[in-house]
Amino acid sequence: MMRKIKLLALFILLCSVKAISQNVNLDSMLDTQTAHKDSVKTHYAEATFKSTRLIDGHSVETTRAGVLDLKISHRFGQLNDGFYNMFGLDVASIRIGMDYGLTNRLTVGGGRSSFEKQYDGFLKYRLLRQSAGEKNMPVSVTLLGAVMFETDTVAVKSEKKISVKPATSDKLSYAYQVLIARKFSDDFSLQLMPSLIHENIVDSSFNKNDIFAIGAGARFKLTPRSSLNIEYYYQLPGSQMPGTYNTFSIGWEVETAGHVFQLHLSNSTGMTERTVIAENAGRWSKGDIHFGFNISRVFVIKKPKDLKM
Amino acid sequence: MKKIIFVNLFVFVLSAVVFSQTYITRNGNISFSSHTALEDVNAENNETVSVLNAATGDIEFKVAIKGFRFKKTAMEEHFNNDDYMASGKYPKAGFKGKIANISSVNFSKDGNYNVTVSGDLTIRDVTKTVNSNGVITVKNGAVTVTSTFTVKRKEYNVVGESFVQQKLGDDIKINVNCQYDKQ
Repeated sequence: MMRKIKLLALFILLCSVKAISQNVNLDSMLDTQTAHKDSVKTHYAEATFKSTRLIDGHSVETTRAGVLDLKISHRFGQLNDGFYNMFGLDVASIRIGMDYGLTNRLTVGGGRSSFEKQYDGFLKYRLLRQSAGEKNMPVSVTLLGAVMFETDTVAVKSEKKISVKPATSDKLSYAYQVLIARKFSDDFSLQLMPSLIHENIVDSSFNKNDIFAIGAGARFKLTPRSSLNIEYYYQLPGSQMPGTYNTFSIGWEVETAGHVFQLHLSNSTGMTERTVIAENAGRWSKGDIHFGFNISRVFVIKKPKDLKM
Repeated sequence: MKKIIFVNLFVFVLSAVVFSQTYITRNGNISFSSHTALEDVNAENNETVSVLNAATGDIEFKVAIKGFRFKKTAMEEHFNNDDYMASGKYPKAGFKGKIANISSVNFSKDGNYNVTVSGDLTIRDVTKTVNSNGVITVKNGAVTVTSTFTVKRKEYNVVGESFVQQKLGDDIKINVNCQYDKQ
C-alpha cells in the first residue's frame, strides 16, 4: 500500500515537472507584455463622435490640424406643411460653413444660414481628452464660443419688436458651451452640454438676455459605419423666452472615407446655437418636424509633420 | 521500489534536459510589406514572443496586432480598424508549427542551418497551413531564426475599402527575425 502511494506521488510529481517544462505559454507572455506597455502609455479615446456636430449642435470632436471641413446642412420644411408643400420638401433652410483645424485642439469655423440671413463664427478648444493608461481622464471637455449675426432686418425688427432701423449690436448674439463627453465603449458615447446664449437685445424687459440651457446627446453604433444619434436641449426655467420650445433631434449617421452624412428629424429650422437652443418655435407634438441632412467633406490643406513621406 | 525510483529519476533528468533545450524570445522582430506601383506599405513589430524547442522542432510565435509600427500614423490606424486587422476583436496573430529537419541543426556548433518549417498561421481567427524555408543561425550560443514567406491577405479576410485595393498588394511578404535566449 505504502509503496503504491509513493509511486503515485512520484508519478504526479513527474507529470507536473514535465508539464512545466514543455508548456511555455506564449499567450500569457504576450498578455503580460501588452499589459505592461498599456500601463506606461496613455491611450486617448478616439472618435467619441464621428463628426464635429452631433446633429444641430457641436460635439466634443475638433477638426484635426490643417484639415478643412466643408459642411453643407439642410433642413426641409415641416412635415405638417401638408401635401401642397409636399410635407415640407418645398421649403429649405440651408447653412453652408467651414471648419478649419488650426491645431489638433483649436478649431475656427464659420458659416452662413439662409434662415434669418444669419452669419456665424466660432472658436472651439479641446480642453481635455478622455484617456486611460498612464494618464487617466474619464471625460473629454471642449469649450465653444460662438457669435451670430442676423442680417435679415425685417426679421430682427419683428422678433425684437423694434420699429427703428436696428443697430449692428442689436443683431448680434453669442453662445458659450462646455461640452463634456465620455466614450463608454465603441458602441456608445454620451455628451452633456451646459450652454449659455446671450442676446444683445430681447423684445421686452420681462425677458432675459441670457438664456441658460443644458443639452444631452448620445451616439449608439448600429453597424461599423453608421450610428443612431440623438440630441436634446433643455432650456432652464426662468430664462426661457415665451413661445420657444426645447429642441429634440434624432438622426442616422453614415461615415464613408472623408465624408460623414447625417440624416435626421428635428423640430428646429435653424442650425446655429441661438436658433436651436434659445429660439426654436417648433414643437414635435404639433408636427413641426423637419427632415434634414448634414454633409461633411474634409480636405487636407496642410499635411502634419508626421505625414511627410 | 529502488528500480522504480531510479527510472523515475532518469525520466526526471531527461525532462530537465528537454527543459533546457527550449529557446524563447520576448522581443523578436516580425515585419511585413506590400508593394504596388502606387504605394509601398511596411510595418514591423519588435515585441514578438516565440518559443523554439530544439529537441522536437516545435516552434511557435505570437504577436500583438497593435504592436505593429508604421511610418504613417494614419496607416497604423487603418491597419487596426475593423476593415483590416480589427485588432479590437482579434488582438493577436500567431503561428504554430514544426521544423522538419531539426535534427540537422547542431545547436552547440556555430553555423547557418537551412530548415523547412510547416504549420498553422492564424490571422483574424482564420487558420491556414503555411510552408516556408528558414535559416537557423547559431553563433556563440545565440540562436537566430530568420524566414521570409508570402501570404494572400484576402484568405485571412483582410480586405479593406474598395478604393485602397490598388494601393495594397494581394500578396503580403512576411519577414521573421527572432533572436532567442536559452531558457
